[in-house]
Amino acid sequence: MTLPIPSFSIERVIVAPWTSQLPQFGWIVLMGFFVGTACGLVGNYLILRRMALMGDAISHSVLPGLALAFLATGSRGSGAMFLGALAAAVVTTVAIEMVHRNSRVKQDAAIGIVFSSLFALGVVLISVFADKVDLDQDCVLNGELALIALPPPISIGSLMLGPPAVIRMGVVATLTVLLVLVFYKELLVSAFDSILASSLGIRSGVVHYGLMGWLSIVVVSAFESVGAILVVAMLILPGATASLVSRRLPRVMGLTVLHAAISAVLGMHLGVWLDCSLAGAIVVAGAGLFVMAWLFNPYSGLLTVRWRHAEAAELREPTGEP
Amino acid sequence: MTSTQPSGDPVPLEIHDLTVAYQKKPVLWGVDLAVPAGKLVGIVGPNGAGKSTLIKAAMGLLPVSSGWVKAFGRPVSEELTRVGYVPQRETVDWDFPVNVMDVVIMGRYGRLGLFRRPKSADREIARSCLDKVKMLAFADRQIANLSGGQQQRVFLARALAQESDLYFMDEPFAGVDAATEAAIIELLHELRSRGKTILVVHHDLPTARNYFDMLLLLNMRVVAFGPTSEVFTYELLQRTYGGRLTILSEVAEAVRQKGYK
Repeated sequence: MTLPIPSFSIERVIVAPWTSQLPQFGWIVLMGFFVGTACGLVGNYLILRRMALMGDAISHSVLPGLALAFLATGSRGSGAMFLGALAAAVVTTVAIEMVHRNSRVKQDAAIGIVFSSLFALGVVLISVFADKVDLDQDCVLNGELALIALPPPISIGSLMLGPPAVIRMGVVATLTVLLVLVFYKELLVSAFDSILASSLGIRSGVVHYGLMGWLSIVVVSAFESVGAILVVAMLILPGATASLVSRRLPRVMGLTVLHAAISAVLGMHLGVWLDCSLAGAIVVAGAGLFVMAWLFNPYSGLLTVRWRHAEAAELREPTGEP
Repeated sequence: MTSTQPSGDPVPLEIHDLTVAYQKKPVLWGVDLAVPAGKLVGIVGPNGAGKSTLIKAAMGLLPVSSGWVKAFGRPVSEELTRVGYVPQRETVDWDFPVNVMDVVIMGRYGRLGLFRRPKSADREIARSCLDKVKMLAFADRQIANLSGGQQQRVFLARALAQESDLYFMDEPFAGVDAATEAAIIELLHELRSRGKTILVVHHDLPTARNYFDMLLLLNMRVVAFGPTSEVFTYELLQRTYGGRLTILSEVAEAVRQKGYK
């Protein structure tokens, strides 16, 4: 009996992606890193604000936006699709806030109500106008990372930059880093205590909508090319892993970027080895890192704590009775 | 109506006809108040009397149905740098990835404004504020590893770092150890001696009588506001707390012991 797992060949899995296939896999790893960095940094603030589900919500509720943009323009060009998705994301954020503020529905329930309704609306729109909408729901949810390097690269003059999706995501990731640096105090204090933030003259409402707006931009620009699975996972995994390993925000942010980089590289190798979805493999690698941090982190790691107890017990033993 | 002090300066806090409602249900009704400078004011009243709501509304943090709030003669939203705030301890997540110094530095954010980072002068101020609440040794401590009293002192240090003239404190004495209680009292007296005005939401009636210069008895409306010696009477407290017997017996006890002046 043969297992369906392809054999592991160092040449094919480890060497080739960095040598003969670098033109393809270099861009894939870079794209994974950019998505992980942008999503992870924004995701840190979602985790701190206990709004981790917002990413899920936005990535589902853009569907009607995509459908309407397509119906309005009749094209699948990324410009119109991007705007449609962004508009849907903004509607989602505002609607969640309205439901939660003007009724007794709590915020997490409001998130559940709004995004599932909008997603359903998208499904209805697509099936009603099925003959006019050439949108593959599968593709919306699972965009294909492996195809990222296929479109003709963007170039400025004679300088060839790279595939458009990767360049775009690189810009988004860079801007995310800049925004986090520039608005560090505002983001920190409004996540820690929004009332205090307001008493300091920091408009926490503006910070909230600003963060949600940027989240929408990050999510929409990422998942068109890499799919919702990678985006939703990378909003939470890097930040959750980093916050187990460090207890100070600047270091958590640095470790978030490190997690994004390691997941992208390990995931790419895993995907090549198993010949499977690269986005899925990157998430699995990222989840593996999370489990490692969970078991071994220096503060509360399951095994670290156990070893420490064992060591302490050993130290006590020789002294025997008092 | 303009309340002014003898010197002609506008009072630190003036509230006129303030009404606040949640979901159309009023929680504060027609509050009128003028707090003179350099006073330590206790806000007391039963649960649900609107004590925390009053201080949040006084800082302009809640939508109000009617009325206005002025700090130092100007709309409070324009004078926020002169207003310091100590929230209730339970309102924040103490597992947040920051240390004690990070929290105290937040007190400087209001003065820094957009795009500016805390400088070494801000750190110096934060350190001296931590020193005043005897928490300097804990500056690098992760906030999750603090006791309740230590958490409260960190919040006080942050309020001090705001270098404000008018302070609002929401139950700073709740659940703290004796050492912290003494430290808070000392700090309040020091602030008062520097001419600051401090409004403190307080839960415990017997101690309220000893801690504060003035008391605001609140139960949705202002029942009474004045010097503690005039306001801390059985009749007024009974009107504030309604028919809640357990509290009333406590009050009776407190009034009976009233031989302090």
